[in-house]
Amino acid sequence: MDRGDRLGLPFVSPNPQPAVEVSGLVKKYGSKTAVDGLDLVQHPGTVLALLGPNGAGKTTTVEICEGFRSADDGTVRVLGLPPGDEALRPRIGVMPQGGGGYPGIRAAEMLNLVAACAKNPLDPKWLIDVLGLGAAARTPYKRLSGGQQQRLSLACALIGRPELVFLDEPTAGMDPQARRLVWDLVGALKEDGVAVLLTTHLMDEAEALADNVVIIDEGKVVAQGSPAELTANRPDDQQLRFRARPGLDTSLLSAALPEGLKVREATKGAYVVEGLIDPQVVSTVTSWCAQQGVLAEELTVAKRSLEDVFLELTGRELRS
Amino acid sequence: MTTFAPGTFKPAPGRGSLPKMLFVHARTEALLTLRNGEQILLTVIIPLALLIALSLMSVIPMPEPRVGSAAARIFALAIISSAFTGQAIALGFDRRYGVLKRLAASALPRWLLVTGRVCGALVVAALQVALLAVTALVLGWKFPLSGLPWIVLLLVLGTLTFGALGVLLGGALRAEIVLALANIIWFVLLMVGGVALSVPVGFVHLLPSAALAEALESAVVYGTAPGVGPVAVLVAWGVVAGALATRTTRLT
Repeated sequence: MDRGDRLGLPFVSPNPQPAVEVSGLVKKYGSKTAVDGLDLVQHPGTVLALLGPNGAGKTTTVEICEGFRSADDGTVRVLGLPPGDEALRPRIGVMPQGGGGYPGIRAAEMLNLVAACAKNPLDPKWLIDVLGLGAAARTPYKRLSGGQQQRLSLACALIGRPELVFLDEPTAGMDPQARRLVWDLVGALKEDGVAVLLTTHLMDEAEALADNVVIIDEGKVVAQGSPAELTANRPDDQQLRFRARPGLDTSLLSAALPEGLKVREATKGAYVVEGLIDPQVVSTVTSWCAQQGVLAEELTVAKRSLEDVFLELTGRELRS
Repeated sequence: MTTFAPGTFKPAPGRGSLPKMLFVHARTEALLTLRNGEQILLTVIIPLALLIALSLMSVIPMPEPRVGSAAARIFALAIISSAFTGQAIALGFDRRYGVLKRLAASALPRWLLVTGRVCGALVVAALQVALLAVTALVLGWKFPLSGLPWIVLLLVLGTLTFGALGVLLGGALRAEIVLALANIIWFVLLMVGGVALSVPVGFVHLLPSAALAEALESAVVYGTAPGVGPVAVLVAWGVVAGALATRTTRLT
């Protein structure tokens, strides 16, 4: 008997079957290799974020797990079953990237239709309200805004009380309020033992939501671990950031600072000092600014972000 | 911050009951067709107008009683309108809006996805023909009761055959191209495909449109069984289109 039938129990089997297990996954489109030997394991009841820039192979990977695409090589098991298995579909919830309704169907009708496919659906009316779609319940799908379509799509993914949900760029096109709601929902899903596999190109999203982050680039895993592990500071790997007038001569500041610290103007007027940041360094920076007759604003000492990790691993910006 | 009571999303997966899924899906398909203004124009208003025009005006030569012959042809046109043109366009845009993928990701079995659409189309076809039949009766059509089972059978066969052709067209091409082609083909079949008037050219009888019109004429005008020829033509088109469509239809 699989775990899905033992409702309500936390997933604490001594030898837990992974929610998702991918090994050596390869997918090619013509001569382009979209996924190139990707491995990942997601444990039950955890949140895993596939983080990477557009075109990294996130959606292809997820769609193979969902059974919408076939793999060229490698093995994929979802809740222990091959993707696309009819027995699997009632157990998973899917939020595809964009789209997901008849053009003329009303939002509430669409959710009711998907609810009718489930044995123990959540209350569609409740879910519509929770997702802030109450006022749009009678609006035809094609007239919903992009963010409303996204929220309806999320509702459709959750309505059947799945064990595992795939959320492909769940907050794309959403306003900050809706985005916050999605984050809260993902948290609640995890608390209730639902495994969530989401893709994102937003590092704050991955850092805030995921137990494990798999950073992928050009179809390959470049790093994986918990956000804390990935951003763990080595003692000499900290950042001091501040804003000031653009165009300051950073070589002068560099000369004023102890050996081993690097200074750069990351973007116009935003300066970064990297290395071992101690109180002396902070003091040196502020007094050097004072000498230049500028005020160092928004001065912060920050740990590395996933964005820094990504940049370090690939030499490219995540948002490019 | 929105909070949820613990256990709100506790997994309880499972597939809904098959009859309920079929009912809700078919009802959705039928409702969406009946709610769509362009679909109503194509499937109801135009056939209705043509039925009245063909019955009352003798522009197009037709055996007497005109209304019976006209009814047979317009029943055929109505089925072509909804099962072929309407279905193709709807499918083209449903794919564009990602609904097939959405439903394919739900617990709805694939065979039910097709069955629900077919049932929805049959409901629409039945409503169309009922409305047209009442109009034809008002216009003086003498309904031979012996033809009723044949009419029902041909309605189902015609919907399946033209539905398969509609899926073949709407399931593979871009929505705008489907829209254009489905309307052009509808017009061509109406004018020279043996629907509005009998075209005395051999190959026209091998078209599904002519076959459906001829088969319906036997049942609607004379109350007799349709000939084997037209039925065989319909079945052949349906089988070939269905087999091709299962290979070419894409979800998005």
